[in-house]
Amino acid sequence: MRTGVSSLDLRRASALDDALRMLSEEARTPIAGATDLYVALNFGTLAPRRFVDIWGLDALRGISVRDDMLVLGGLTTYTAIIRSPLVAARLPMLIDASRQVGGPQIQNRGTIAGNIANGSPAADSVPVLAAADAIIVLRSVGSERRVPITQFYTAYRASVMRADELIVAVEVPRVDGRQWFRKVGTRAAQAISKVVVAGVRAPAPRFAVGSVAPTVVRAYATERALAAGASIEQAAMTLGREIAPIDDVRSSAVYRNRVAERLLRRFWIETS
Amino acid sequence: MRFTLNGVATDVDAHSMSRLLDVVREQCALTGTKEGCGEGECGACTVLIDGDPVCSCLVPLAQVEGADVETIEGLGGDHPLQHAFMSEVGAQCGICTPGMIMAALPLAPNATLDEIKVALSGNLCRCTGYAAIYRAIMKARQT
Amino acid sequence: MMPAVGSNVPRKDGIGKATGHARYADDLVFAGMLHGRTIRSTIPRGRVRSVRVVGETPGLIVVDYRDVPGRNVCDLIEQDQPFLVERDVRHLAEPILLLAHEDREVLGAVRVDIDYEELAPVFDPERSEGVLKAIDIVKGDVESALADADFIVEGTYRTGHQEHVYIEPNVVVAMPEEDGIAVFGSLQCPFYVLKALKSLLGASAHIRVVQTETGGGFGGKEEYPSMIAGHATLLALKAGRPVKILYDRVEDMVATTKRHPSIVRHRTGVMRDGRIVAMDVDVLLDGGAYSTLSPVVLSRGCIHAAGAYRCENTRIRGRAMATNTPPNGAFRGFGAPQTQFAVEVHIERIAEELGMDPVTLREQNALRPGDTTATGQVMGVDCSARMVLDEAVRRTDFRKKRDEFAGTNRAIGLALFFHGAGFTGSGERHLNSKARLDLTERGVRIAVGSTEIGQGTRTMHAQIVADALGISYEDVEVAQPDTTLVADSGPTVASRTCMVVGKILEECALEMRRRLGDLTPAAYHARHGAFSVLRKYEPPDWIQWDDHTYHRDAYATYAWGCDVVEIEMDPDTFEVRPVKLTAVQEFGRPIHPALARGQIEGGTAQGLGYALLEHVVMRNGGMANAQLTNYIIPTTLDTPELDIVMLENPYVGGPFGAKGLGELPVDGPAPAVVNAIRYLGLDVREIPAIPEHLVACASR
Repeated sequence: MRTGVSSLDLRRASALDDALRMLSEEARTPIAGATDLYVALNFGTLAPRRFVDIWGLDALRGISVRDDMLVLGGLTTYTAIIRSPLVAARLPMLIDASRQVGGPQIQNRGTIAGNIANGSPAADSVPVLAAADAIIVLRSVGSERRVPITQFYTAYRASVMRADELIVAVEVPRVDGRQWFRKVGTRAAQAISKVVVAGVRAPAPRFAVGSVAPTVVRAYATERALAAGASIEQAAMTLGREIAPIDDVRSSAVYRNRVAERLLRRFWIETS
Repeated sequence: MRFTLNGVATDVDAHSMSRLLDVVREQCALTGTKEGCGEGECGACTVLIDGDPVCSCLVPLAQVEGADVETIEGLGGDHPLQHAFMSEVGAQCGICTPGMIMAALPLAPNATLDEIKVALSGNLCRCTGYAAIYRAIMKARQT
Repeated sequence: MMPAVGSNVPRKDGIGKATGHARYADDLVFAGMLHGRTIRSTIPRGRVRSVRVVGETPGLIVVDYRDVPGRNVCDLIEQDQPFLVERDVRHLAEPILLLAHEDREVLGAVRVDIDYEELAPVFDPERSEGVLKAIDIVKGDVESALADADFIVEGTYRTGHQEHVYIEPNVVVAMPEEDGIAVFGSLQCPFYVLKALKSLLGASAHIRVVQTETGGGFGGKEEYPSMIAGHATLLALKAGRPVKILYDRVEDMVATTKRHPSIVRHRTGVMRDGRIVAMDVDVLLDGGAYSTLSPVVLSRGCIHAAGAYRCENTRIRGRAMATNTPPNGAFRGFGAPQTQFAVEVHIERIAEELGMDPVTLREQNALRPGDTTATGQVMGVDCSARMVLDEAVRRTDFRKKRDEFAGTNRAIGLALFFHGAGFTGSGERHLNSKARLDLTERGVRIAVGSTEIGQGTRTMHAQIVADALGISYEDVEVAQPDTTLVADSGPTVASRTCMVVGKILEECALEMRRRLGDLTPAAYHARHGAFSVLRKYEPPDWIQWDDHTYHRDAYATYAWGCDVVEIEMDPDTFEVRPVKLTAVQEFGRPIHPALARGQIEGGTAQGLGYALLEHVVMRNGGMANAQLTNYIIPTTLDTPELDIVMLENPYVGGPFGAKGLGELPVDGPAPAVVNAIRYLGLDVREIPAIPEHLVACASR
């Protein structure tokens, strides 16, 4: 049943400082591309009624490189990522992920900060950022802090982000090694992931998996096993102990376990 | 709230969190844009905002202030895509057709079949199996 | 003058669908209109103890079963389904209360508290004791033949629910009019709605039902609209104002009809040389809580259950069982996709047992003119089983491809199928459909109850009439289906709109032509004024059918198809990607080739969804994945290249030789896909063949 809007309260921020001040003074939920907003409101999974619209904050757009880090403004859309030569050069697995989010309409509105802040364990960009050891830049009135994405989530849809903060940028250090991404969805486009993985092949390999636990999993034990020369079968068994997928309307724990292990294998074979 | 709708400056008096889809269909009385799901999955509500296809069922009205919104009505009634969708049977029941045409509008004239499929991957059609839609788009280019 | 039939004439729909000007029911504006909302049960079985609308909402209209002036029965086949619950709840989301208000938000905020006494629900059709319908079709002596057979091959095959996902959800507006009601809606069968409303209001009520431009039906708007129309009508009459009920996607998926799930068991006797000598088939359908159309879905499913094959001894036993789930109903194919899935996978297994090529097995046993079907119907020259099979095998180089793919993660699969056109047996005679042609100033107007739902009804009927009358296609107009203005041509279902109604229209046109003599319509009209020709359906005189034994001529004719699909399976994820599908289909003759092609391409895509993607997850007797993000149909990227071949083998009883086509294409893709998957070494016997299921098959 469609949510009535008259009980909703929206303020629009004219600039970043304006938005941060509003967040410090009132309890409001930021909305950017809003691709999940009405869905969450209609299904009763979003309780808040007061919002601040940050879509107009152009200061949070833009992709650049600074100190050998790829810097993505918080409001960078998937479409902007797909079209960016900088991302193509430095983080092509993020382009793979962005191409598989929804369809063009969603890609035109969905933002990287929104994907992170929304906190879904099935978020497609998050395993990429986790495997790349990306850093989330959070700002509030008068302060800024950086949190590695691998320390950002604390529980299902919960993070260290405070109510008065905005994700203003994502910084990705140089990635040495071959990048690999694979999303297993329910169909070829417009699909929520059943399992989504990103990997970096290097002497110290990195492997991150989404949709298999309440938050994204950096499979550290698996990575250490691979770095120490374990066989891929052993590494796959280790991975099985690091993830905890569930049964839901889209897929099953048994399937997700099996696929995560197979994809680890495939990652290893294809990046050798 | 002021925005440009099909090239015309338009003032709308509606709640800032109204869905753009509802504003277009109700306040603006343009019913060519359709609601198929309300979740951003079917694309029947596709409009262009500053030239980009988006699902209008997901856009709060406040976010189009000052923007350029184009709906199916903005094409008039004589666009090659519109004729081709009928002649090539790219439209059967027609409910997905306005959204499909809007999503196809930004396609480059030399887009490959794969690029067409990707551009339309956010638009569901249950009648055609999509093949005639591709034929319609190819046909429209020749005119 | 160029004949219209057989050419891609400009469609009668005009350009409105592509300009946004075509008016669907939710686009219509009615002065003083209220919005309607349906309060539904939250338990699958039990009794309502109390219903309470919480608080006072000025301007709120409330309707319950006591507001029904006539009979609280949604009239269809059996009289078992109420418009509104009186006391007994038989399924989740059963309608209990109706609300209406001018303001949608206010309406949505109203709280209704319902107290139930819960009873233990039955969800498993195999455990149910409620028989909605039972059928037995017997030919020859199956038990003796099985005893004499060289091999007996058994198998059980399952299909799940399928949801229509017409992109336009159900919507109806009811408007009080004179001393009655006018109903405008997205629907396939205005006269079904009329009949149901007569039951609701009493036979003397003035009722007008008008079909608006409809955004897809596929059977999902065959019988269901009677329910939503009844609800809107009750609210409108109580309010004295128009009421619109529009379902959002979730409500539509949870509460309205779906394709019947099936369990089909085969026990087949074959000889060493490949002859199929006995087929014993058990068909079980899950009908949901009420009968709706289960008897006829079962009927069609059973008649097609032995497949496109010759067999002297067949026994088909069918049962539709009640469960405490929302009633299942019509969906393109109507029982035949379920049973032909089973027989087409089973025949592959028979070939495996015999050590025979499944294509050769089909070639050997496929029906030919002179052979009899399971109902004892003798096939005529319009039987094209071998025609479509041979062409599909040749065109796809099937055997060579199959050998090439062996041992890889690619495979090719095939299915042979058929589909009876028109209502089963004596159904068309009972329907007693009519068609009317009105002479106009310029030409002629078609006045039938057949609806345009995207398949091209308006255009195709106009082509037939133009050519039969010998006038220009441009001079034929088509009336909007309004039950007070058009003839009752029966429902727009069962692949009958061209073959049956088109035929009646052809007869009308020929009669009109005789009356016009040498005059053009315009000249005749100027001289003598208008006249109408009304004719009714005349069954072919050779049709013999027994409603009790299900013997003889089940359908006037059949369309035939053979689908071949190439697939690729990801060895890590077991995702199956259809790469190319060749559909060879024979349906008499295409009236409008592009529209016919559209039916094949669209139906094939639905069949692919049925095979691989479309999984209805039921929890506590209701659909748990009722959002388009979780119930998925094919997107552009999921739909392969489609190679369509349209063959012709005219049916003399059809207009210009045409048979019915609408449903045939859905029967083929699922077994073709599963048969391909089987070549990868996975013993799949159910659909949807989702990766989770394939992983389980691989583990066995």
